[in-house]
Amino acid sequence: MAGNVEMGFWDKLMAIDRRWIYLTIGIVVFIPILLDMTLPVYVTAEVKAVYDRIDALPQGTVVMIPCEYDPATMAELRPMAHALFRHCFAKDLKIVSCALQIEGVTLVKDDLALIAAEYGKTYGVDYVYFGYKPFPAIVILNMGENFRKPFPRDYYGTELDSLPMMKGVVNYSSCALLVNINATSGADYWINYANGRYKAPLALGVTAVSATDYYTFLASGQIFGLMGGLKGAAEYEKLINHNAAATKAMNVQSIAHSVIVVFILIGNIAYFASRKRKKAI
Amino acid sequence: MENPGIGIVLWYTLAAYLTLSIFSFLYKDNPFYRLAEHLIVGISAGYWIAILYHTSLKDLWLQPLAANFMALFAPGGSPLLEIGLIMTSIVPGLLGIMMFSRFFSTISWLSRWPIAFYLAITAGVALPLYLQSFTIRQMQACMIGLAGSPWEIFGDVIIIAGTICGLAYFYFSLEHKGVIGGLAKFGIWILMIGFGSTFGYTVMSRISLLIGRFDFLIEWYEIVINYAKS
Amino acid sequence: MRREIPLVIVFLFGLFMIVQFFIPHRSFAFLYQEFNNWTIIIGIFTMVIGVGSLITVHYSKIRFKKPGWGYSIVTIVSLCGMSLIGLIGGTENELFLNLYRYGLSPVTSTMFSLLAYFIASAAYRAFRARTVVATLLLISAVVVMLGRVPIGQIITAWLPEWLQLQNIADFLLQTPNVAAKRAIYIGVGLGVAAVSLKIILGIERTWLGGDGGK
Repeated sequence: MAGNVEMGFWDKLMAIDRRWIYLTIGIVVFIPILLDMTLPVYVTAEVKAVYDRIDALPQGTVVMIPCEYDPATMAELRPMAHALFRHCFAKDLKIVSCALQIEGVTLVKDDLALIAAEYGKTYGVDYVYFGYKPFPAIVILNMGENFRKPFPRDYYGTELDSLPMMKGVVNYSSCALLVNINATSGADYWINYANGRYKAPLALGVTAVSATDYYTFLASGQIFGLMGGLKGAAEYEKLINHNAAATKAMNVQSIAHSVIVVFILIGNIAYFASRKRKKAI
Repeated sequence: MENPGIGIVLWYTLAAYLTLSIFSFLYKDNPFYRLAEHLIVGISAGYWIAILYHTSLKDLWLQPLAANFMALFAPGGSPLLEIGLIMTSIVPGLLGIMMFSRFFSTISWLSRWPIAFYLAITAGVALPLYLQSFTIRQMQACMIGLAGSPWEIFGDVIIIAGTICGLAYFYFSLEHKGVIGGLAKFGIWILMIGFGSTFGYTVMSRISLLIGRFDFLIEWYEIVINYAKS
Repeated sequence: MRREIPLVIVFLFGLFMIVQFFIPHRSFAFLYQEFNNWTIIIGIFTMVIGVGSLITVHYSKIRFKKPGWGYSIVTIVSLCGMSLIGLIGGTENELFLNLYRYGLSPVTSTMFSLLAYFIASAAYRAFRARTVVATLLLISAVVVMLGRVPIGQIITAWLPEWLQLQNIADFLLQTPNVAAKRAIYIGVGLGVAAVSLKIILGIERTWLGGDGGK
């Protein structure tokens, strides 16, 4: 009778304690980090578009890189932000940034200051950090009129008008382009409001979870470039010839993804074998 | 990090302890995990309060309010204009304070006013812009001239057909039978390919986060070893 | 009046925000910016209410000695401590920054990194090619998973270019995925417009509260 059927090998495999799967994934991710290997990263057109656009900008141009990532997503987006900051500072571009996600305020400030120090850049002259205000949608709209409306002062409490870099920098039209690094669907606000209303040239750097959603905006021309997850960051690192965290992580990703594909295959084989066995009985 | 100080080592060790406490949840729920979780809920809320006060409340409300009041008592200027400016500072603060009425049942109806204002602003800006960016621009992008190589034309046909069929799938006012049924069936295939791509990328996203944590634990180990050696 | 005044507010200001989109006059732009700023200020108080609700929940747990009330003490003490350090010392205070960098940041990151384990477990246990659509989803997931990392390029390097995994993944992302997401976003745009209109015209009133807005 069905209730007394002994569990076959495939049934046992399907019913395995999930902690064994956790252990396997832990080992599969940890070990490759310790190995010194370099797998080639191929660059996609959508990431190259961001690189080419920034690379073509003359010295001294102002670019806006609003960052909306926090500790939960920093593993993916921080390498992307670092690569972008490095590229801009290496080209002597001026960066205007803000953090519209509250838990990322200190993180973005630290990241900007870290990379600026690497290139000997001065705060207020080469880069400005506005800080945070709640309700990103409304802040994005108000920045389109004048940065000083939602941000009369920068993160450190200095009047924007007293910062040398902010002379003549009024709103999005004062910036050559915007590259929004966003961990959430808040990227929609930048598309709808910054690009939709104010026609700001916009590129996005998003987590891999959200990346597939924004290909349609790339196809329609509403964004000129798209960087998705750690892969996007690794591609940008390759383009600026500065291999860092993201490039190294691609090796680990390769192995982890392969193992997960094997898990899926085993799970499906076990499922169909078990189903066949039960039908035979 | 070479020659780290004892302070850095201790902070890193605290971070490593909290990281491992959270990881312990994978085995089973336990007091270490609970403690770390509750500690961070409190720290996070405290962080929010401090950031909101220093970067937002002071900047957008308290300082302009104080400046406008000072201007009223300063010689010169137009009193009417200055009173107007004070009102533009007081009104939003008053609306914000009215939100707190939610905690008192007899006057909780007052919180509807700031909610109404907030909804009005967000709905009012969203309506034209979402229609423009999400609907009209996307429909515009579907009006592709079928030109180029055969492969490009094939891709464009897939996009146009896939979009129409995807919309047909979500159209529930007509039963999915006959022509509509056929379109909807193709639509769900296209949608599943899209969702499959999303799942594939989601796996990459999650693994990236885990790589980040292991990188940190290795960094902590190196710092402790460097400190022990120095 | 408790119901009517909010509905009038939502109608008048909502209508203004739609109309100002089409009128680039200076006075409209001034009011638009002011109202946006008012919304941000209200938002600050709203977020403080969120924190207030957290305190209320945990205080209730402590007061009535509900299970786990000891942990609630930890939450309240850490909340008060972090707030005071930040409010008094400022956001550039070293202790405040260190509690963020070595407390909040690692725990939040680790919480989310647990998802890697859960997604692997879910992929093993639940990802089944039971139907045609499930198989399509599975195949495209596997192609993108392998095609977007270096290993996909390596294992199919010997194949013609159009059969290489990274190119198939590119095609999937730039063609059927675009079609799928485009259909969804067209619907989302129409949905947001419909809901916004319903709110402004007072047809949608659930925001007035569970008592029917009395």
